[in-house]
Amino acid sequence: MMIPLVALIRKDLRLFLSDRRAVIMSFVAPIMIAAFFGYIFGGNGGKTETSRIAVLVVDQDTSAISRAIFADLAANKSLDVKASEPDPAREAVRKGTATVAVVLPKDFGASAGRAFFRTENKPEIALLYDPSHSAEQGMVQGILTGSVMQVVSREMFNGTTGQAVVRESLSQIDRSSGLAPADKRSLHDLLQSVEQWNERAQAAGASGQTGLSTGLTVPYRIREEAVTARTGVQYNGYAHSFGGMSVQFILFMGIDVGIGVLLQRQRGLWKRLRAAPISRGLLLGSRAISAAMISMLILLVVFGVARIVFGVRIEGSMPGFLGVCVAFSLMTAAFGLLVAALGKTPEATRGLSIFVTLILVMLGGAWVPAFIFPQWLQTVTMFVPTRWAMDGFDAMTWRGLGFSAAIGPIAALLGSTAVFGALAVSRFRWEAEG
Amino acid sequence: MLEVKDLRKSYGSTVAVDGVTFRIAKGETVGLLGPNGAGKTTTVSMIAGLLRPDSGEVLIEGRPLGGDSDPIKRRIGLVPQDIALFDELPARDNLEFFGALYRLDGAQLKRVTSEALDLVGLADKAREKVRNFSGGMKRRLNLAAALLHDPDILLLDEPTVGVDPQSRNAIFDNLETLKKRGKTLLYTTHYMEEAERLCDRLVVIDHGKVIADDTLHGLYRLLPVTNILSIELETANGGLRLEDVRAVSGVRSAEVAEGVLRVGVHDLSTGAPGILQWLADTGHLYTHVASERPDLETVFLNLTGRSLRDS
Ligand SMILES: Nc1ncnc2c1ncn2[C@@H]1O[C@H](COP(=O)(O)OP(=O)(O)OP(=O)(O)O)[C@@H](O)[C@H]1O
Ligand SMILES: [Mg+2]
Repeated sequence: MMIPLVALIRKDLRLFLSDRRAVIMSFVAPIMIAAFFGYIFGGNGGKTETSRIAVLVVDQDTSAISRAIFADLAANKSLDVKASEPDPAREAVRKGTATVAVVLPKDFGASAGRAFFRTENKPEIALLYDPSHSAEQGMVQGILTGSVMQVVSREMFNGTTGQAVVRESLSQIDRSSGLAPADKRSLHDLLQSVEQWNERAQAAGASGQTGLSTGLTVPYRIREEAVTARTGVQYNGYAHSFGGMSVQFILFMGIDVGIGVLLQRQRGLWKRLRAAPISRGLLLGSRAISAAMISMLILLVVFGVARIVFGVRIEGSMPGFLGVCVAFSLMTAAFGLLVAALGKTPEATRGLSIFVTLILVMLGGAWVPAFIFPQWLQTVTMFVPTRWAMDGFDAMTWRGLGFSAAIGPIAALLGSTAVFGALAVSRFRWEAEG
Repeated sequence: MLEVKDLRKSYGSTVAVDGVTFRIAKGETVGLLGPNGAGKTTTVSMIAGLLRPDSGEVLIEGRPLGGDSDPIKRRIGLVPQDIALFDELPARDNLEFFGALYRLDGAQLKRVTSEALDLVGLADKAREKVRNFSGGMKRRLNLAAALLHDPDILLLDEPTVGVDPQSRNAIFDNLETLKKRGKTLLYTTHYMEEAERLCDRLVVIDHGKVIADDTLHGLYRLLPVTNILSIELETANGGLRLEDVRAVSGVRSAEVAEGVLRVGVHDLSTGAPGILQWLADTGHLYTHVASERPDLETVFLNLTGRSLRDS
């Protein structure tokens, strides 16, 4: 019993490892594709930089204010800011190499200061944007508004431009005849207070900060947090993609197991195996065991690389993770035997079973996470075993859930193993024909 | 040793084997002969327990096969018609794997593997992957893979198909060695000359039925003509009339071409003196006489009315 079993398993493992195509498909392909998917779907949480919006700033003013606005935009981590000239900037947006171009016109600083206290003659900032990126345009506009408000107000309450503007505005108000006397007095008082404030600030000068030294700022700050089950754990695109691609390529390996049996049948090897005094259970059982072992090996290697290179951690229960691995490996083995039982010729079987596998993998949420599926699809895919594998891996990796969250997926996968296995054994053609 | 009783097997509407019965005594070499599609492989598969017969039974040492892991399977060695080896593994590893299926291991497995490699002359290629073997070498290894567990009965399904004459001879030498060691061989082929060289007895099947089961001599006796005498005449048909020749007692057929008279006789001991005496009596002198037998090809043609090769 043991000698043939060990020989059969050893033979399967050796044949797998000596097949370069199989090894590349099972180890290299999932790692590379998962790295790619993980990278474009958000990488490992907050740590990676989301791609920054390319912004060109055309400063035709070169005043203290326009330079400060430029500096403030450049300091924003969502933006990738470069200085430019009007025509090249327009060209860049047209070509799509820049998403938004901001044009600060000549005399912007002075006119913005004046417009700060009065409604007439507001200067115009031109915002050239790529229409396919209107969301980014909105974002840049928001950031720009904040910057301009902060810089202009700071200048009004501190800077030299501010003092000149306040003085000029004062005399203009005094001369004005259009204003009601009461409003005129109030405005005059306000500006005079600002002037006095500025003079005092000037005198304090070197000695330190005044309350408005940073200008007016947005009266709130946003704390961003992606919600996961455990605080401090973040969605990790790599965790999901490595789970997904392991599932996909391990199922491909399972198909190869089934095809291998069909090839053995075609090449007469099956006759040799059947002529030997070994039971059917041993023949199929050994194939299932070796397939599950290969699957475990792939999972451990792929998740090992994910851990070392991409920082994917088993944030949840390690026994739970291993349980999902074992259950999924057994399901893969049963799936492989099912392919062997239902397949006729190797060629025809390969095409069809790869198609079926890709559908299973897609519905399982290996490509895009199932949580973005519409509700009906989420419900329907509860009957797809790969969905349970994915949910199990997600739960044990980035969601950071405990062992109890692995029980459902493990049970569902073992259930599928039983169904596939029973179907495979009942439909298996034991006779070695012809 | 091996007894096959009224085996039948159909694939859908194709009747592959239609009531085949024969037995093989210990140490005997029996040829299973028939054209393509005659049902030879199907018969062998049923004997080896790979295929369940629709009816009939196979007895090995008087008892039927008990099940998949029946130890009596160890008495049988199967050489499949296809080359059933793992291309990606070295020769030795292939053999060790097949040996392990019969629960051999350790030093014993190493020993029988080396012996089998020696027998088929592949000892120096033991570490080479089968993928790099020539067709003839693969055939020889295919034979070796059936010998590891030292079976008493060897079922050989066209073990020489598609190989060069040199490898064919090597395989024949191996089979003769095995025969001398007392093995029982069932040798499937559609090559007459192979069967003639190796087999003690021949079972001829066609369309799934046994159409003859006899020794070589016995099969020849079935023919209307067992010998053909070629007689070179001194004077090219100097007035010889074939009707007169055919009328001679013991002569079954007669034809003449380029000064050679060919006369078919059924019984050499009475036919040959009869015709030679008649020629002398009628004044037809001859310079050379030779006798030749018809081959199995002719036997098959006579049995089925079809040629073995192109049927
Ligand atoms: N798996 C199968 N399905 C359907 N028909 C089959 C199958 N195997 C064999 N047959 C048919 O059964 C008949 C006997 O086939 P078998 O292989 O036993 O012949 P054979 O004598 O071994 O021929 P060959 O000399 O070509 O090897 C043939 O008509 C063949 O077409
Ligand atoms: Mg055949």
